[in-house]
Amino acid sequence: MAGVILRRLAGAVPVLLIVSLITFGMMRLIPGDPSSVIGGLSATPAQLAQIRADLGLDEPFFLQMLKWYTALAHGDLGRSILLGQDVVGATLQRLPVTLALSAYALVITVVFGLCSGVFAALRQNTVIDQLAMMFAMLGISVPNFFLGLLMIILFAVRLGWLPTGGYIAFTDDPVGWLRTSTMPAISLALLQVGLLARITRSTMLEVLRQDYIRTARAKGLPRRVVVMKHALANALIPITTVVGIIVSLLISGSVVTETLFSIPGMGQLLTQAVLNRDYPMVQGGLLLTTAFLVMINIAVDACYALLDPRVRYESP
Amino acid sequence: MSLLEVRDLTTAFKTERGEVTAVEDISFDLDEGEILGIVGESGSGKSVTALTIMGLLPQPPARVVRGSVHFAGELLTGMSETRLERIRGAGISMVFQEPMTSLNPVLTIGEQIMETVRAHEAISVRDQRLRAIEMLDRVGIPSAVRRLGDYPHQMSGGQRQRVMIAMALACRPRLLIADEPTTALDVTIQAQVLDLLMDLRDELGMAIMIITHNMGVIAETADRVLVMYAGRIVEQAPVARLFDRPLHPYTRGLLDCVPTLEQDRNRLVAIPGSLPEPARRPAGCRFAPRCGHRIDACSAAIPPLVAVDASHASACIRTDILA
Amino acid sequence: MNLPDAPSRPDAEADIQDVPIHRQHPAWMTLRRLFRHQLFLTGIGLFGIILAAAILAPIIAPVDPTKLAMRYKFRPPDGTFIFGTDNFGRSLWSRVIWGAQLSVVIGFSVVLLNAIFGTLIGALAGYFRSLDNGLMRVNDALMAFPAILLAIGVTAVLGPSTFNVILALAVVYIPRTARIVRSSVIVLREMEYVQAAVAAGAGHWRILRRHILPNAMAPLIVQLSFLFAYAVLSEATLSFLGLGAVPPTPTWGNIMAEGRQYMSEASWIITIPGIALMITVMGLNLLGDGLRDVLDPRLRIQQ
Repeated sequence: MAGVILRRLAGAVPVLLIVSLITFGMMRLIPGDPSSVIGGLSATPAQLAQIRADLGLDEPFFLQMLKWYTALAHGDLGRSILLGQDVVGATLQRLPVTLALSAYALVITVVFGLCSGVFAALRQNTVIDQLAMMFAMLGISVPNFFLGLLMIILFAVRLGWLPTGGYIAFTDDPVGWLRTSTMPAISLALLQVGLLARITRSTMLEVLRQDYIRTARAKGLPRRVVVMKHALANALIPITTVVGIIVSLLISGSVVTETLFSIPGMGQLLTQAVLNRDYPMVQGGLLLTTAFLVMINIAVDACYALLDPRVRYESP
Repeated sequence: MSLLEVRDLTTAFKTERGEVTAVEDISFDLDEGEILGIVGESGSGKSVTALTIMGLLPQPPARVVRGSVHFAGELLTGMSETRLERIRGAGISMVFQEPMTSLNPVLTIGEQIMETVRAHEAISVRDQRLRAIEMLDRVGIPSAVRRLGDYPHQMSGGQRQRVMIAMALACRPRLLIADEPTTALDVTIQAQVLDLLMDLRDELGMAIMIITHNMGVIAETADRVLVMYAGRIVEQAPVARLFDRPLHPYTRGLLDCVPTLEQDRNRLVAIPGSLPEPARRPAGCRFAPRCGHRIDACSAAIPPLVAVDASHASACIRTDILA
Repeated sequence: MNLPDAPSRPDAEADIQDVPIHRQHPAWMTLRRLFRHQLFLTGIGLFGIILAAAILAPIIAPVDPTKLAMRYKFRPPDGTFIFGTDNFGRSLWSRVIWGAQLSVVIGFSVVLLNAIFGTLIGALAGYFRSLDNGLMRVNDALMAFPAILLAIGVTAVLGPSTFNVILALAVVYIPRTARIVRSSVIVLREMEYVQAAVAAGAGHWRILRRHILPNAMAPLIVQLSFLFAYAVLSEATLSFLGLGAVPPTPTWGNIMAEGRQYMSEASWIITIPGIALMITVMGLNLLGDGLRDVLDPRLRIQQ
């Protein structure tokens, strides 16, 4: 068990190294002189020089890289031009918002996606199955910002039940959090609900065909036990891997959802940073978010080992 | 009244090309403590017969067209799933061919035995555990207490099949259906598992229905034999009688395939041709196209299973001449 | 002492499995099965509508999609303006049709780039063990980034434009395609007929081209049809965020972004391109499902 996690952690090191190299390289790929892009047309030569110095662009490439990595080792990713705040601090401030929203969406995804997938598999080729799969297809085909807009038009503009946007932290006011987060979470979850329902269904169908399911039935176990214990325990193994992908999709999706609903999370921060050419913020935010996802995936792998004794007892 | 009474059992499957009959007009009895062997090629309908008795075929596509199965006086065909669940594992148990895939990989073997007991008897977890240990002991798994927490992948094929048997017998069923219980095992392990089944029958007194394509297994274990071909019973006899004086040309063909020590290996005779696909079975006697004694009348009608004496029956119109 | 024709799995399925199949040319059979697949046909139909609109754009939408006509602004859909007009009085019909063209062009370009580079990288990594480690590390790193975030990062560096969106989406999705190609190649490389070709002295390129890649096509084609859907969806997302083609060039994403301000009085500006986008993505997804069912039934779990 510990061996599995350690091996995955070791495997993540080269990935993270390359990720950091890519994010570092990105800044140097900006065509032309980034300082003029940042400074704008009205910038004086002195101002441009200042920006170049701030970004360390006047130094040789390898020195820049060395400095960047040294700073990175100290947890310093530079300062956001837009916010005038250090990148790590800004990220830590915004991340909880995105995480709360993603967690809400994840709960919706797992509850609805898993249930409808299992249900459809048990009622294979019936009307229920077809309806569930039609909804799943709709889920993976409706862009989340379109659903978000439709919900805003209906529930906020027309009916006035919920606010059109904004955010209230859960710790400040749980009811307010629910009122501001429900529409974003639903629109964020939709794609993943469809995805998970489809995968759960096909995995369950696969598992239900296995010999050990026949054994369980031959032992006289009630259908409920056969499905909930024998089938689901096995189906959850491949489904867990998908949850790792889903978390990544949720973080991706939060970019547009947060922008749409004016939620001050990482997604909105990064979009603003991009639109305002706040390169240090884009670079740092991208690196931190990706590193975070790599960690999530290691956690998912640990769950995988927990669910599958064949992996758990694997000799290192 | 016999323990198991099967009458005219006919099972069909829905396929893309319409309904195809897998087994047809299967009738036989099985007494308490008796070992009945069912022998036939792959696709002859042995497993479908067993799964129909257990009510384990998915319906649809499977469907019991006609016939009945009585177990201990109760009619199983058409019985509700909930009532069947009470009989499966407690009255009739089953052991399958593939020990590698028949055990749930994510549950410990202890749990898999205990949950069987839990499903059928109202006893404490402690007693369930004791029963599991007792059964593992009985099937010859060494240091049973320690192995309760093991997962199937930590055991060998032979051990897993022993666990399957322990699980099947945990609730003392009156009938054990063993579907090719040794086919997937190494030859040396095969004999051990068969011996185990024999010993357990002597100890616990349950009846066994053993399904195999291996005449050797039949000779070693069965009291009585059913020979199946293309979904029908073609011959039925006590085991000594069958090996001694087979009546049906197919049975003879099967026995000719068994090499004996005295025989020259080169003279091993195989039956020409192959088993017809269920959708393309010939009219009349299904074995006729492969039979050396075929006459025109063979293809006219399906020959019924006719008793030649109290214990021996054959489905061949030329039995009188050939015998 | 086994019976003739010893069984491998003498269970119920084996009993009914051997129902006769009429032998025909495999490609013809695949096509016939595709055209019997209802979901596939629905997908073709939905995507066909969008494709036709994209190709016929100059004929069916002759009005310049960027032409301002303030006196016609906020006209709801009616006889004169089929899809109504926007805040500048531009014809939404023209804008949505020309937006379809852009979506299809971008989607197709991303698919093409993936087909070329994804196959190349995947085949190299899968076939030559010496290249595998290096290529796949970079691949894994690129896949570790959340898709949209990486695309945003790339467009941030390159600046918003149609071409850069294509480039960004290619960078995001090529690693995923390469991984799929690689896993098929690894399996195929070990196949006996490939080993036989190696033993017969066939060169690497010949083996890759003649023996491996043709057999790796089925999962690739399935992946590419889903990829088309993701590409269209991602492009719309980027341009909704203001990172796609620069206005006034109409894209479904930027039409919807502009419509946001007027959603209470002119909701059609949002709903019409949204529905067009949905039809495209759903059509492509259904098409991909159909292809997967027919070409590669083992490939059940798709990402």
